[in-house]
Amino acid sequence: MASKRESSFINMVVTLFIVAAVAALALGGVYTVTKEPIALAKKKKLEAAIKKVLPSFDNIEAVNVASADGGDSLQFYFASKEGQAAGVAIKSYTMMGFSGLIEIMVGFNEDGTISNTAVLTTKETPGLGDKLDKKKSDWPDQFVGKHPGTYNLLVTKDGGEVDAITAATISSRAFCDAVQRAYDTYEKQKGDK
Amino acid sequence: MNQVQNFTKGFIKENPVFILLLGLCPTLGVTTSAINGLGMGLATTFVLVMSNIVVSLVRDFIPDKVRIPSFIVVIASFVTIVELTMQAYTPGLFDALGLFIPLIVVNCLVLGRAEAFASKNNLWSSFVDGAGMGLGFAFALALLGAVRELLGSGAIFGISLLKGDLMLVFVLAPGAFIALGYLVAILNKFKKA
Repeated sequence: MASKRESSFINMVVTLFIVAAVAALALGGVYTVTKEPIALAKKKKLEAAIKKVLPSFDNIEAVNVASADGGDSLQFYFASKEGQAAGVAIKSYTMMGFSGLIEIMVGFNEDGTISNTAVLTTKETPGLGDKLDKKKSDWPDQFVGKHPGTYNLLVTKDGGEVDAITAATISSRAFCDAVQRAYDTYEKQKGDK
Repeated sequence: MNQVQNFTKGFIKENPVFILLLGLCPTLGVTTSAINGLGMGLATTFVLVMSNIVVSLVRDFIPDKVRIPSFIVVIASFVTIVELTMQAYTPGLFDALGLFIPLIVVNCLVLGRAEAFASKNNLWSSFVDGAGMGLGFAFALALLGAVRELLGSGAIFGISLLKGDLMLVFVLAPGAFIALGYLVAILNKFKKA
């Protein structure tokens, strides 16, 4: 084995400098190359979610709207088809999940009924709380076609009309909270217009 | 020790998960399904092989006293490269593994092989060691993931095999410990025989 370089002060400083510089260059290169595909992948995911919650559209206009309860603003995606308004997809969230943050996309038809929902991010328990996602179970189907103005968006345990997922009442409650937040903000935004 | 032994030791004799019990944090965290385990294992393998190669190449150039920080910079760079690449080209898997990808940096397996093997051996041996250990790790994670997925949600690699009431606990955190414990016990039995 060849002899190692001595651990003198100048050797150590020079070595660390070179190692860090090479690493920085390599990372800069990779970042530049992957920047576009990452942005593209994120956009695709968002568009897929919007597509899932709204029946049909050919144009999307994104607007940030302050949440009705004064929390973080929600993203509104106004959809239109051939110049006609075709509902709005709202990216809403709740902090009430069993593991904190849940982000969902809620689509509203022009008359205010829920068109569909999609889960964007969740850390809910696999096999229980993740049934919020249409991919995992039919549970979210019960929201389709309901109007939150006349439909009590609370789980039955809290006196509402939503059947909670068995053994995942907290997750179900959180989901209702996120939908309610989307609806409240939607109504408020309509009123402001 | 010849190169064949050097490669195969990572699978059974010195398997990082079942025998050395290294890198248990990602092992227990991500193995809720076989595909997650395999993805995490392969990402770690890539980092392990690349960092072993680089560490082996620069081992005479790095003064002893700064070798740990230098190794960490090398490892962290490769982890970031993996993270950006996965985010760009496999967003689905990236979402599933999420937090655990950056945590490959602190996986003691990677630093352990750099310090214990690559910094003392030539390029080819280090490459073989990294590949063997990494694939052994991937094998262990995929196996653990498959067992948990089968017992917890009745599927392997997403292909549904069992129906009915299953032992949901296996997909949850405690199930990881239970499944790992049994696998280690079974492997020890074979090792003695």
